[in-house]
Amino acid sequence: MAVSLREYRARIKSTESMKKITRAMELIAASRIIKAQQRAQAAAPYARELTRAVSAVATYSNVDHPLTKEEENPTRAAVLVITSDRGLAGAYSSSVLKEAERLAERLRAEGKEIDLYISGRKGEAYYRFRQRPIVQSWTGFSDQPSYDVAAEVGRTLIDSFVKDPGEEGDVDEVHVVYTRFRSMLTQEPTAIRLLPLEVVEADDAPQGEGHSDRTGDGEVLPLYEFEPSPEAVLDALLPQYVQSRIFYALLQAAASELAARQKAMKSATDNADELIKKYTRVANQARQAGITQEISEIVGGVNALADAQTEA
Amino acid sequence: MADALTVELVAADRTVWSGEATFVIARTVEGDIGVLRGHAPVLSLLTEAIVEITAEDGHTVFAVADGGFLSVANDRVSILSERAELATEVDVEEARALLEDARSGHWTDGSEAERRIRMAEARLRVVERDSSASSAS
Repeated sequence: MAVSLREYRARIKSTESMKKITRAMELIAASRIIKAQQRAQAAAPYARELTRAVSAVATYSNVDHPLTKEEENPTRAAVLVITSDRGLAGAYSSSVLKEAERLAERLRAEGKEIDLYISGRKGEAYYRFRQRPIVQSWTGFSDQPSYDVAAEVGRTLIDSFVKDPGEEGDVDEVHVVYTRFRSMLTQEPTAIRLLPLEVVEADDAPQGEGHSDRTGDGEVLPLYEFEPSPEAVLDALLPQYVQSRIFYALLQAAASELAARQKAMKSATDNADELIKKYTRVANQARQAGITQEISEIVGGVNALADAQTEA
Repeated sequence: MADALTVELVAADRTVWSGEATFVIARTVEGDIGVLRGHAPVLSLLTEAIVEITAEDGHTVFAVADGGFLSVANDRVSILSERAELATEVDVEEARALLEDARSGHWTDGSEAERRIRMAEARLRVVERDSSASSAS
């Protein structure tokens, strides 16, 4: 009995130290979410103005641009999957990957081959383990992406998109799978088609709180003059627009990752509490059982002695 | 403010400066453009250069933009630039080092080297302008 009591005590101790770790991770994630949200909000004005400018050009000029041109017979699609670098975030990475698999399935059914671009170590590991070729991957920034990274990813994707058909690595479509941050409680894996661009004032365009008043619906865009020419402006605008969309997706994914981690760590802490409670009860029971047994042994021994004396 | 422009200078990841201003100067690919109240709507490409904003209260804000866009409409000026910074935020040492690096000629792509030189020079110039402006006032 005494042995198992010691065992229970050891288990309680290790659960307690685990709880300390998960608790710390929960708190860290919670404080980082706020930062991630602030970053997303700080990036909103740029994205908003860019969207306005793009729709202004699109409205007032009929410019054909390589980035908006639909391929007649798309045969290859690039899929950018945004996952996390680290685990311990519940189902965060696996639900993004599941969404990516769904999208890949759909694209394959449409007769397109898939080129994989991955952001985040978890996604990389997933595809590597299944020995599927990855065209390019970026890692090491999933919880605080910088604009430079987004720009690089954007450039890579645009490059492969504008390549001539038949050229190595040419793709006809670019899709992005990321996790949308709806609230602290819900994050939703989402797949969007990034290229060819459909220039619309997308309703999921990043909008900071308190800024939406200026870009209200139904606003008539002024008749802009373009310098040096609408084509040149569009030429410079669209890549930026793509990059800013990717940046937005990365920021959303970062906030979602942290929220998922906080939730996972919170339930881990709660579970540790439960376990500790359970083990404490079992340990107390074991201790009580030990004591009871000892007492009955002593009483039994005393009785046996008394019996022996009366007989003698 | 009836006679002011609403100006927003935004970088990709933050708002660098925003507020009411009376006058904005920026350099587009076709030359300098000055914006006062009532300017016609325009959307133009910027080059790596200084952006000068005369704020409502009369003091001048100097900033540097690495390309990007200027859009003017309804007395609202937005300057979008991936890496815009205020003169006070420029790291002079870093800008000097970058200038050296760009001039060293290891950039095989000529236009990229030129772009880097322009940007580094603009960053250094904007600091000078800012300090001379603040010492004069």
